[in-house]
Amino acid sequence: MSQPKSKWTPGLIGRTAAAWFIALLLFFPLIFMGVTAFKTELQAIAVPSLWIFEPTLENFEIVNERSDYAQFAWNSVVTSVLSTALGLLIAAPAAYSMAFSPTKGTNGLLLWMLSTKFMPAVGALLPIYVIFQTLNLLDTKTALVIIFTMMNLPIMVWMLYTYFKDIPQEILEAARMDGASVWDEFKHVLLPLGIGGIASTGLLCLVLAWNEAFWALNLGAAEAGTLATMMVSYSSPEGLFWSKLSAASLMAIAPIVVLGWFSQKQLVQGLTFGAVK
Amino acid sequence: MSSQTQSSRFIPRLLLSPAVITLLIWMIVPLALTIYFSSIFYNLMQPDVTGFAGWMNYEFMITNPAFSEAIWNTLVLLAATVAITVIGGLGIALLINEAFPGRGIVRLLLISPFFVMPTVNALLWKHMMMNPIYGVLAQVWTFFGLTPINWLQDLPLFSIIIMISWQWLPFACLILMTSLQSMDREQLEAAEMDGANYWQKFRYMYLPHLARPISVVIMIEVIFLLSVFAEIFTTTAGGPGTQSTNLAYLIFNEALQAFDIGVASAGAVFAIILANIVAIFLIRIIGKNLEK
Repeated sequence: MSQPKSKWTPGLIGRTAAAWFIALLLFFPLIFMGVTAFKTELQAIAVPSLWIFEPTLENFEIVNERSDYAQFAWNSVVTSVLSTALGLLIAAPAAYSMAFSPTKGTNGLLLWMLSTKFMPAVGALLPIYVIFQTLNLLDTKTALVIIFTMMNLPIMVWMLYTYFKDIPQEILEAARMDGASVWDEFKHVLLPLGIGGIASTGLLCLVLAWNEAFWALNLGAAEAGTLATMMVSYSSPEGLFWSKLSAASLMAIAPIVVLGWFSQKQLVQGLTFGAVK
Repeated sequence: MSSQTQSSRFIPRLLLSPAVITLLIWMIVPLALTIYFSSIFYNLMQPDVTGFAGWMNYEFMITNPAFSEAIWNTLVLLAATVAITVIGGLGIALLINEAFPGRGIVRLLLISPFFVMPTVNALLWKHMMMNPIYGVLAQVWTFFGLTPINWLQDLPLFSIIIMISWQWLPFACLILMTSLQSMDREQLEAAEMDGANYWQKFRYMYLPHLARPISVVIMIEVIFLLSVFAEIFTTTAGGPGTQSTNLAYLIFNEALQAFDIGVASAGAVFAIILANIVAIFLIRIIGKNLEK
């Protein structure tokens, strides 16, 4: 944008103030949580809220001891990373196929895939529960990886498809003329040109899997519980202990929020599902 | 040449098959089992009562007074959240569309709630924002000389709508903002030259441009909001009474608290039907926008 440096017109001042006000207002609950995590319990529930105090790290230690944070965090990392990787492995070839060898049925197929997302999770809970029980997979990371993969697969295919479709067909045709195999095409054309799309897709699914609560709560429980499950144990009566709740919350969301911050541009591009060119 | 076309059809199908097959299994197996469960007596507390139940489970579900309320709550939750996030997101996106100092940081702050997991979101709001005595909102209310609201007790469904909107507003806002960035500046300037006022520009230039991204936002939100669960589970547990029970939570309750798999499955069939009605409705309305 090569527009001249804007002067502080009343309009600009008004817009700046309004935008900052709204942003801080929406962000405020997280600021409050972040600050509370470093308070003692007594300081935490002081009315009016304290903003100047001597920070303490004891809440983090207590949370770590009591809920075995490392175990939950490890489960979150494993299930979200593996389900994303597995999902990409299944979705990328499908998206590639639909983008570069479209048939009459491609549009219908895409809509059908998306429609599986309309099947409410509760609708599948009981059968899945029974199946996993029979297979002895209840409360295992394997179960969560399978579920998270399936849960995100339609979105992955859809996102990758919109990205791949933007790659000029001619480039692939040229590669085919030169006798490139499918694998060559993938490695030398699709991967370099579509890496942005693959990254956005992966990031989104990582976030969705990390934050997933329904399946994690109902299938996860003790051994395979993710951070979303850990948080439920702080519901009540521990919820009354604000500093510990805040410390646990901060530890649960920090990794994914920071990842989201660093990749927000990439992520948002992907989320538009091809609605923005 | 014919072998060429054969292989050129074979490989795309081969690449497509893992996704199609797994999704097909993912869809059909639970669906079939749910329908099967819904037609038999299957209560974990009464293991000796078995056999074909006919429409009994469905009848039991429909005559449950919580059922129609749960459907209503599901739809209110969905409609209110979509309305708040789309309108709010549109407003904020238009506000931050032009450059101003600190725009990058404002974007960062705005998107953050989207990354917060539902269980943390729910606990944060329940305990620290909405607590009627110590909570931040109570402090604000007291500051303005008002009586603090006991949010989760008196306005349970609305409280959940606030939590969910807080999470999805950033989503709507950022998608719409990204889309606004791709608008044709010259066209806008030309319209300004011709003396178009802000409303006219909004109505005839911004809104048509945003039709597609708005459709996407609505579609994604509907998918995720039809089955809101964690926020209800961690805050109100559907209460008081059934005031904040949506269909997802009602079924969960029936299955894992009443141990009645049969009735819960009948509820699940209703949830699937409801989702499909909404989906058809949605695809009708916004399908046009998506296919462009």
